[in-house]
Amino acid sequence: MAWFKRSNPPMPKGPDHKSRVPEGLWTKCTSCGETIYTKDIEKNLNVCPKCNHHYRISTKKRLELLLDEGSFVEFDAGMVSVDFLEFKDSKSYQDRINQAVAKGGSKDAIVCGQGNIEGMPVEISVFDFSFMGGSMGSVVGEKITRGIERALERKTPMIIVSASGGARMQESILSLMQMAKTSAALAKLREAGLPFVSILTDPTTGGVTASFAMLGDINMAEPKALIGFAGPRVIEQTIRQKLPEGFQRAEYLLDHGMVDVIVDRAQMKAQLSSILKMLMRQA
Amino acid sequence: MAQNNQSYLEFEKPIAELEKKIQELLSFSTDGVDLKNEVSKLEKKAEQMRAELFSNLNRWQTAQVARHINRPFTLDYIQHIFTDFVELHGDRNFGDDHAIVGGLARMDGEPVMVIGHQKGRDTKEKVFRNFGMPNPEGYRKALRLMEMAERFKLPIITFVDTPGAFPGIGAEERGQAEAIARNLREMARLTVPIIVVITGEGGSGGALAIAVGDRVLMLEHSVYAVISPEGCAAILWSDGTKGAQAAEALKLTATDIKELEVIDEIVPEPVGGAHRDHKAMADNLHEALARNLKELKKLSEPDLIEARYQKFRKMSRFIE
Ligand SMILES: [Zn+2]
Repeated sequence: MAWFKRSNPPMPKGPDHKSRVPEGLWTKCTSCGETIYTKDIEKNLNVCPKCNHHYRISTKKRLELLLDEGSFVEFDAGMVSVDFLEFKDSKSYQDRINQAVAKGGSKDAIVCGQGNIEGMPVEISVFDFSFMGGSMGSVVGEKITRGIERALERKTPMIIVSASGGARMQESILSLMQMAKTSAALAKLREAGLPFVSILTDPTTGGVTASFAMLGDINMAEPKALIGFAGPRVIEQTIRQKLPEGFQRAEYLLDHGMVDVIVDRAQMKAQLSSILKMLMRQA
Repeated sequence: MAQNNQSYLEFEKPIAELEKKIQELLSFSTDGVDLKNEVSKLEKKAEQMRAELFSNLNRWQTAQVARHINRPFTLDYIQHIFTDFVELHGDRNFGDDHAIVGGLARMDGEPVMVIGHQKGRDTKEKVFRNFGMPNPEGYRKALRLMEMAERFKLPIITFVDTPGAFPGIGAEERGQAEAIARNLREMARLTVPIIVVITGEGGSGGALAIAVGDRVLMLEHSVYAVISPEGCAAILWSDGTKGAQAAEALKLTATDIKELEVIDEIVPEPVGGAHRDHKAMADNLHEALARNLKELKKLSEPDLIEARYQKFRKMSRFIE
């Protein structure tokens, strides 16, 4: 292990080079450039104590952060994707699934279940961006839909924490249909008068944004999260213009009326609890 | 109506040559030489060639046919299948999007709401229609018209033909994602029958945003996928020219998608593709629309909505 790891230039470039906590005892923050003891970032919920930059956080940590201790019960943990189209680019989809599963985290790009927020029972789904870029295929769509249906059955609120590149290409038309399926389930939840809070974290794009993630009664975002329909590169190539400063960041969306509120990670649970209690007319 | 000024796709070259020869022979025969036999022999051959070629299209070729410049667009279908069409404009909020058209019309005398993507044929119209790529206000206009249809108990028929929703700064600022998402949610609960026809390109979320219905039909040579073959190639092969490979991988033809039970029916096209005979294509589609609508009208409102929910609910493949 490197004692000190410079985050630049060895950090891999790409859409997420700014968002992972670099390894090593000391970290040079990719946002403010300050050198910080890595443990201090981790203790601070993966948020830079100097500049408030929100790095990505694991599903496990996210659930610990939002739910009452020990209250989480996972559902459909064993559900796995299948390569029904025999989709192959440089690697087959099956190999990609196997490799992602072998990393030892989740079996697909989402973790779903029930838990309590300050005593209030909720259904919650949390995306795992480290699993194939949080892409949505049949498993993600099915697990979310079951979560919404459980919320309907138990008359609880539904929460989805998104971090996703969008629909999973390797499942082609069926991944597109997950957008319709999850949105249809949310129509039922809405009719039943149960709240849906969509928490948008970095990044939330494509078919995930263009379905449930934008349909929250409350759309709550983390600071500076990239949120959009089309990716910035696609837009730049299409219109051949430079994109405006801060384009598709949470603050930009707030400004354009697309999210209700931006909440720091440390305040997320308290804010969520307060909102849900009012919507559920509880003390 | 045969379409004049045929523009031929790359793989149609042998047909193009044959048809050129026929034209030449025809111009000879006006000089008093009777070449009727020869011409009819060649015409038969061209017909055969066309039938064979179009029954064996690969997926990339199908995508080319689906995007053919002479392929009938929404306004062409409206002209052939409906009467009394009144186009209704605007989302009552921002503007009127020319990439989506919609309005009241009658099919077989019965009032319906018709909505569809609209592409252009010549350069000027292509630009006017934004190449069939809607902005949020297009989807919001579509929803406004669908909600109106619900209030007046009119069935909804949509025609889907888009490369995708427009990726632009304004589109993002005005909530492209929200506009699409809202349509998905609202179309799931509308209390009137909805029939969706994928007529050309079913391009991703921009297509799906008007494609949640009780029946989803696809024209024989149309395509439907989560991303365009070029877009897919650019991401997975880092090479936008590998569209042919991506098209194969995406399994985007009507036959592929019927197999996955995402659509209910494939509507046959005239030999050589819909672009060769708009009227014949529209007749086939008219029959399918009338038949499906008749079936849907038998369902009560709650049954209709629950069946629509279950239809999309079961679209997935996984192991548990
Ligand atoms: Zn910092």
